[in-house]
Amino acid sequence: MTAYVRTEDAPRLPAPANIVGWRAAIRERLFPTPLSGLASIIIGALLLWVIWTIVDWALLRAVFVAPDRTLCNVEGAGACWPVIQDKALQWVYGFYPIDQRWRVNLVYLMGAVSLAGLLIPRIPFKGWNALFFFVVYPIATFFLLLGGVFGLPYVETSQWGGLLVTLVLAVTAIVTSVPLGILLALGRRSEMPIVSLLSTIFIEVVRGVPLVLVLFMAANMFPLFMPPGVNPDKLLKAVVGMSLFASAYMAETIRGGLQAIPKGQYEASRALGLPYWKMMGLIVMPQALKIVIPGIVNNFIGLFKDTSLVTVVGIFDLLGIVQSGFNDAKWASAQTGNTGYFALAMIYWVFCFGMSRYSMYIERKLNTGHKR
Amino acid sequence: MTAQAPDNRTVSPPPTEARGSWIYDPKLRGILSQVIVVALLLWGFYEIIANTQANLKKLNQSFGFDFLSQASGFDLSTALVYFSSSSTYGRALWVGFLNTALVAVTGIFLTTILGFVIGVMRLSKNWVVSRFATLYIEIVRNIPLLLQIFIWYALVLKPLPGPKQALNIADSIFISNRGIIMPHPEFGDSTWIAILMLVAALIGTWGYRRWARKQQEQTGQARPVWLVSLPIIILSPIIGLALAGWPLTWDFPQLAGFNFKGGMTLVPEFIALLLALVIYTAAFIAENVRSGILAVSHGQTEAAHALGLDNGKTLRLVVIPQALRVIIPPMASQYLNLTKNSSLAVAIGYPDLMYAGGTVNNQSGKAIEVFSILLVVYLTTSLLTSLLMNWFNSRMKLVER
Repeated sequence: MTAYVRTEDAPRLPAPANIVGWRAAIRERLFPTPLSGLASIIIGALLLWVIWTIVDWALLRAVFVAPDRTLCNVEGAGACWPVIQDKALQWVYGFYPIDQRWRVNLVYLMGAVSLAGLLIPRIPFKGWNALFFFVVYPIATFFLLLGGVFGLPYVETSQWGGLLVTLVLAVTAIVTSVPLGILLALGRRSEMPIVSLLSTIFIEVVRGVPLVLVLFMAANMFPLFMPPGVNPDKLLKAVVGMSLFASAYMAETIRGGLQAIPKGQYEASRALGLPYWKMMGLIVMPQALKIVIPGIVNNFIGLFKDTSLVTVVGIFDLLGIVQSGFNDAKWASAQTGNTGYFALAMIYWVFCFGMSRYSMYIERKLNTGHKR
Repeated sequence: MTAQAPDNRTVSPPPTEARGSWIYDPKLRGILSQVIVVALLLWGFYEIIANTQANLKKLNQSFGFDFLSQASGFDLSTALVYFSSSSTYGRALWVGFLNTALVAVTGIFLTTILGFVIGVMRLSKNWVVSRFATLYIEIVRNIPLLLQIFIWYALVLKPLPGPKQALNIADSIFISNRGIIMPHPEFGDSTWIAILMLVAALIGTWGYRRWARKQQEQTGQARPVWLVSLPIIILSPIIGLALAGWPLTWDFPQLAGFNFKGGMTLVPEFIALLLALVIYTAAFIAENVRSGILAVSHGQTEAAHALGLDNGKTLRLVVIPQALRVIIPPMASQYLNLTKNSSLAVAIGYPDLMYAGGTVNNQSGKAIEVFSILLVVYLTTSLLTSLLMNWFNSRMKLVER
C-alpha cells in the first residue's frame, strides 16, 4: 500500500510562461482583449506622437543660444529659448527699478520661509508663524514694495509686474479670503435672519457671475463709488475684486465643513456656557477647518490660476508680461509666442501641481479621527 | 461677593433676574447686532449713491437705460442675428448674449461627452488608457484656462492659410485664418411642413418610448428604442422638406477680394474658445465621473456579471445610472463654470456678452447700467441652470421605500 503513497513533494514547476514575466504583464495590462489591445495601440500611438512633437519642437529643432531673433526666425525652427533667458528677470520682477530689486527678493524670501514653516508639519511655532504670515507679512510687504517710508524710494504699482504681481494678487486674496470666508459662512448659518439673508445674497451673487465681470466692475465702477476726486489704484481695484470673489467661494467651502460638525458639539459647548464666539473659535472652527483643508487648498489652486485673468483688465501679471514681450522687435518671431506660452504653462503647472499634491498629502495626514 | 447665608438658597430669586444685565440677553443682542448691520449697510449704500451722483454730475452724465436704443457705431466679428454698426446698443448686448449661449450650449454638450470618456478611461484596466487619462487630467487641470485659450488660439490661428490659399473642400467649405466658412441653409416659406413633421416625430417617438418601457416592465421584453426612433427623427424633416417641394437653398461662400462672401462662418476665436473650454472642463468632469463610478459598490458590477451582462452593458445599465446620482450635482456646477468661463472670450475678441458689454461701456460710458445688465443676465442664467439641474437631480434621485 505504502508504495502508492507519495512521501515527498512533486518537484516544483515554474509558473506557466503566459502568466509570469514581462510578456504576460504586457499582455495583461495592454492586450487583455482585442478591443482593449486596439485601444492601447491607438492611444499609445497618439501619446507617442504628442511626446515626439513636443520633444522635437522643444529640444531637437530648438534654438538654445542666439543674440536676437534672426536664428529663431528661420523656417522650421523650434522653440526659441534665448527669449526666456533674456526676459526671465522681467518675468520675475516686472518693471521694478533694477537697483531696488532687493526689496522684491526680500519679500520673496520672507514669504518662502514663512510658508515653508507653515506647510511642513514638523516645524514648530505654527501659531506665531501664522500670525506672521497672515498679519505681519502682508503689512511689511505693502510698505516694502510700495516704499515712500523709511527712506525707501516710492515705486508705483504700474511698475510692478510679472510673477511679483501674480504672487501679490494670490497671497492677498488668500490672506483676506480665509477670514472673510469664515465670517460669511458663519453669517449664512447664523440664526439672525437679516445677517443670514445678506450673507446668502452676497455669496450667491458673487458665485453666480464670472470673475472677469467682477474685475471689470471693480475697474469701472469703483471709481464712481468713491468720493469725487479719489481714483483708486488699478492694482488695488483688481486686488479688492479678486478678494471679494475668493471669499464667496471660500465661504461655501467652509460652510461645508461647518455642516459636517455634529450638532452635539454645538450643544455641548453651549452646555459648558461658552458664548458664541468662544464656541466657534475653540470648539467648532478648529474641527471644521481641519475637515476642509483640502477644499481650501483647492480654492487656493483655483485662485492662483484665476490671477491670470487680471491680464484682461490691463494689469501685467505673469501672463500679461509674457504676452507683452511678444511684440519686442528684438525677439519677434514665429516661435516667440509658442515658446513663451510653453514656459508659462510649465511655471503655472509646477505651482498648481505642487499645491494639489500638498493637499493630497495633508488630507492623508489629517485623516485621523473622522472615519469610523 | 456677598456672604452667603444658608437660608438664602430656599428663596432664590427668579431665573430671569439672575441673568443680570440685559446686555447678556441673546435675543436682544441678536436684534441689536442686526440693527447695527442694517444701519451700516444703509449708510454704505447712501455713501455710494451720493458719491456716484456727484461723480456722474461731474462727468456730465445721467443714470438711465435710454442709451440702449441708440446706434452703436461699432461692428462685431460674428453674430447669429443681423448686426451692423447702425444697430443699437441693446441689440449689441443681445448678439453678445446669443454668442455666449452658442458657445456655452455647444461646449456643455461636447465637454459632457469628452469628460465621460476620459473619466471612464481613467478607471480602465488597460495601463496605456488609464495613464493617458491621468496625464490628460493632471496637465489640463493645472494650467490656467486663460493661458489655454491663448495657446489654442495661437495653435488654431497661426498654421491656417490666408483666404486666398484657403483649404477648399468641394468648393463649399473653406478653412482659412478667417475661420471655417460653410454653406448657409436658407429656408423657404413652406418649411413649416418639415418643422411640423419633426415635432410630430418627436411626440411619436416619445409616446413609443413610454409604450416600450411599459411593455418591458410588464413582459420583460426589451423593444429597440433608439434603433426605431433615431431614423424616424432624422428622416421625418427630410420627408417633410420633400413634401413641401424642397424649399431649402444653400448660400455658398465665395472668395471676393480678400475675404469670403456669403455662407456662414465659424470664426477662429470661437473655435479656440470652444476647444479650450471643452478640454478644460472635461478634465474636471472626468474626475467627477470617476468618483461617481467608484462610489457604486463593486457588488453591483459583480452581480451584473453574474446575471450575464457583458462589460459594456454592465457599465451602461447598472453602474452609470447609479453613478449619475453622485455625478449630477458637481456636474451642474461644472456646467455653470463653463458658462461663466466663456466670458474669457473677451481676451481673444470673440464677441460674447462680456465683450459686447465691455465695448458698449467703452463707447457709451454707461458703466453702471451696462454692468448691472451683465450682472443680472449672468446671475439669471446661473440661477436658471442650477434650478434646472436641481430638478433633473431630484428626478434621478433614489426613490427609497
